[in-house]
Amino acid sequence: MATATPATPVTPAAPAAPGPASRPLRRILGRASWTAGAWLAALVFFFPVLWMVLTAFKQEADAYTTTPHLVFSPTLAQFRAVFHSGIGPYLANSALATVLSTLLVLVLGIPAGYALSIRSVRKWRDALFFFISTKMLPVVAAIVPIYLAVRDIGALDNIGTLIVLYTAMNLPIAVWMLRSFFLEVPVEVLEAARVDGVTLRQEITRVMLPMVAPGIAATALICVIFSWNEFFFALNLTSVRAATMPVFLVGFMTSEGLYWAKLAAAATLACLPVLLAGWIAQKQLVRGLSMGAVK
Amino acid sequence: MATLAPPVSGPAMPAARQAASPRREAWQRRLPLTPALIFMIIVTQIPFVFTVIFSFQSWNLVRPHSQHWVGLENYANVFTDSAFRDALLTEIGMTALAVAISMVLGIGLAVLLDRRFPGRGVVRTLLIAPFLIMPTVAGLLWKTTMLDPVYGIVNYLLRLCGAAPVDFVNQHPMASIVTVLVWQWTPFMMLIVLAGLQSQSNEVLEAAKVDGAGAWTTFRAITVPHLRPYIELGVLLGAIYLVNTFDVIYMMTQGGPGTATTNLPYYLYQRAFLGFDVGQASALGVVTVAGTILVASVALRMLFTVFATTERRA
Repeated sequence: MATATPATPVTPAAPAAPGPASRPLRRILGRASWTAGAWLAALVFFFPVLWMVLTAFKQEADAYTTTPHLVFSPTLAQFRAVFHSGIGPYLANSALATVLSTLLVLVLGIPAGYALSIRSVRKWRDALFFFISTKMLPVVAAIVPIYLAVRDIGALDNIGTLIVLYTAMNLPIAVWMLRSFFLEVPVEVLEAARVDGVTLRQEITRVMLPMVAPGIAATALICVIFSWNEFFFALNLTSVRAATMPVFLVGFMTSEGLYWAKLAAAATLACLPVLLAGWIAQKQLVRGLSMGAVK
Repeated sequence: MATLAPPVSGPAMPAARQAASPRREAWQRRLPLTPALIFMIIVTQIPFVFTVIFSFQSWNLVRPHSQHWVGLENYANVFTDSAFRDALLTEIGMTALAVAISMVLGIGLAVLLDRRFPGRGVVRTLLIAPFLIMPTVAGLLWKTTMLDPVYGIVNYLLRLCGAAPVDFVNQHPMASIVTVLVWQWTPFMMLIVLAGLQSQSNEVLEAAKVDGAGAWTTFRAITVPHLRPYIELGVLLGAIYLVNTFDVIYMMTQGGPGTATTNLPYYLYQRAFLGFDVGQASALGVVTVAGTILVASVALRMLFTVFATTERRA
């Protein structure tokens, strides 16, 4: 049935080509298969996410089937059920831990990045090395004393504990990133400002910070992603009052594990903020993930 | 206390703001760094000192007043502990597989995306989604909707092809975990390699074409060497995160069946929070850190070289 079809659309597409018709044909086919391959790859990788979102809008009867139901009448019942199951405080805790730890990272990290780049301390290399080495030590190796210390000062199940730990988790990455952004500030601009007689404070707040603002945004994005998704500390150091979204999901899976649609609704809510933030800030993502090494 | 300060200053500093004395200048430079440094030392180094101290003690949290010194006993136990060796092997295998596969796939996807085609932006957007998904959710999703023996999509596809259903998570736990890790980390590798591809100079590629080099020759002789630092960077950063894999294991297999997917973080977690054995868990932690330092010092040197390369290039 498809015997003559491929030839027909090609001829009008390349009317000016004087040579043999096979070459533009091959090029078009090549481009088409390239496009198809890329789209196929994207769909394969995106499918689990898509399926999660679709399942979240299903009735349980449509979610738990041996033959996947692609056509179904969408419902918000699962999201309603998730909200009724008390997701609110967990979302709030996640938001609080993420936002405050990110702010703390910036407050500590911006001056540090500055001191390792523009007006650098003598041993900037050692300091940089120290920061990143803390990232290489496995977190689990320190969890026992952290747990005991937190328990002894009565800070178990306290959101402040998570904020401090998330700050420590992200600060090394942030320092590396911010440093690489500071290094991009042209020296001439700073020198010109100095010649004009600005004070050090003005130099930093009026000249430098506006120039590295996009870099600061990229850094914040990475911190938000990692702290929103963090699970290990939250699992071991919180229980009820300060528990975050990943902990909620674990409990939810235990209690509602057989209700896939409800589970998918909870999972969708848990992923949405970071997914949207990451998509919106795609351009900064590469730079951030590589700690500033890749532009 | 700073009376013996050596006469540094001089060449390291630019001649700006000559008003400040060298020592004051040095302190001014150090000041912005200090809070971050102190914070990191308190939060990350002091706990480790305690890990070392606890590692010489026998202390089980379930039994009060059981804390006492035992010397090197915990360490002797670590090195004769076959479960620890298994966890170490699982750790190495899991990390190496996940990093290698996601890098190969990442390179493939990056090459696909390096060319213009309709909807490239959308494809890129869809492809980075797995990396942004919360790892807990990733484990949950794959265990249920994707890999479930009866209701999972993968088994539905297998049935369509006439194959028998497979209980992936129980029969192939390692492969299941690695699949999820690869799914999450391929976008990361892709983004880094793609940045490398797009930083290639067009002139060099044009020149190769003029000289009659085919697409494959150009890729092998020019693109691959150019990509090397980017690939190294991706592998290194990926490995730093993947050695700490915990969330996906916790959600999918709980380290099992048996100990099939118990990597080091999960083993330590079991010893500390399910066995409440502070001393033993601490000794495990110290040994793990010692091993990490060994590997990391090599990795860090590499990292510095890579950073120097990309910084020069920029």
